[in-house]
Amino acid sequence: MNGGQDLGGMQGFGPIGFEADEPWFHAPWERRVFAMVMAMGLTGTWNLDASRAARESLPPGEYLTSSYYRIWFRALEKQVVQHGLVTEGELAAGAALTPPAPVARVLKGEEVAPLFARGFPSDRPGPDRPRFAAGDEVTAKTINPPGHTRLPRYVRGRTGVVERVHGRFVFPDSNAHFAGEAPQWLYTVRFAGVELWGEDADPGLAVSVNAFESYLEPARGRAA
Amino acid sequence: MAHDHHDHDHDHHDHHHGSELSPMDLRVRALESILVEKGYVDPAALDALIETYESKIGPRNGAQVVARAWVDPAYRARLLDDATAAIRELGFGGRGGEHMVVVENTPEEHNLVVCTLCSCYPWPVLGLPPVWYKSPPYRSRAVIDPRGVLAEFGVTLPGTTRIRVWDSTAELRYMVLPMRPAGSDHLDEAALADLVTRDAMIGTGLPLSPDQVVRS
Repeated sequence: MNGGQDLGGMQGFGPIGFEADEPWFHAPWERRVFAMVMAMGLTGTWNLDASRAARESLPPGEYLTSSYYRIWFRALEKQVVQHGLVTEGELAAGAALTPPAPVARVLKGEEVAPLFARGFPSDRPGPDRPRFAAGDEVTAKTINPPGHTRLPRYVRGRTGVVERVHGRFVFPDSNAHFAGEAPQWLYTVRFAGVELWGEDADPGLAVSVNAFESYLEPARGRAA
Repeated sequence: MAHDHHDHDHDHHDHHHGSELSPMDLRVRALESILVEKGYVDPAALDALIETYESKIGPRNGAQVVARAWVDPAYRARLLDDATAAIRELGFGGRGGEHMVVVENTPEEHNLVVCTLCSCYPWPVLGLPPVWYKSPPYRSRAVIDPRGVLAEFGVTLPGTTRIRVWDSTAELRYMVLPMRPAGSDHLDEAALADLVTRDAMIGTGLPLSPDQVVRS
């Protein structure tokens, strides 16, 4: 969706405002939110793509003015209610009032180190062949899906060059809505700055995105 | 340059009178107690997660990878060819780094990593991302005005150096292999790692020069 998360190329947010010797967390609640989001993600109730979809469905005004851990927390509140794990009444009361719903797993303390050191790969090898090859000129489709997508607005309709074919990966646009992993070939596509931003752009700029195969069609315009 | 930090958190300036806990602390605590009471999360797992990402994983991991690549050409080649496997050789990997790509700075091209759509960042080598990396000013500008972004970080590149921005829009995670600083020929691998900053591996900074580091 064209929500508050799709920030590439927006202007007017001001200085980056970095912080020297920044701590990992800025308030005690941020630690707890981080850990709860990780642990709840392993209950099997939703997936990472669904969590991203929940975050970017916050109203843009709220998204753009919230710290990132606040965005994570607001999305988590939404997800536990949507999936029937917690009721609105429980959130308001701050206490459990109904019996728990079943979950596929509960992450145990001793499982954290081995599971997180192994990670959760999202490549899904398969027998089909990629449609595009390195060097192919491709145009990112003009799409505006109401649901989750990982094709940022600033490349839609723009033409670039396939630089690398990475393999088949879980397709977020499907997985986020529990419509299956539906793996697709994933590419690095490089766009010239002038193709994205116009003739006043830095001639020495190139930007690449990782694009799923269904985001792309053979080049229909000027190549990067 | 803007070094002060403006809006990482609107909430903890807004304490209730007579309470040490902010409204966010109270809301988060309420949700945690519900999740624990209903048996969805094990408090020991929450503690282990915080312990892991607060004290075990951070940019010193990535600095070791960079230093190894600087001293060992065969390792550098493996790192650029299959970063996930090469990083795993040094014992690093896992959540947020399942599919790593390392991109190499050269005099001709400088690399900069961003996630315009969320906060994708190579956790096993850099740890959790700084607030600015996840915030609208950086995410919006990195792809349209990277030289302006670099200037804000105090980095000015020659006009002849091209800039390549990597927007992390899928599950690939990027780390920059910066150029080895001049005057570092005499340093061993551990001393070289001390030159490698977090920002140098994001592309918003350059490695320290040897005279900026005092070895204890």
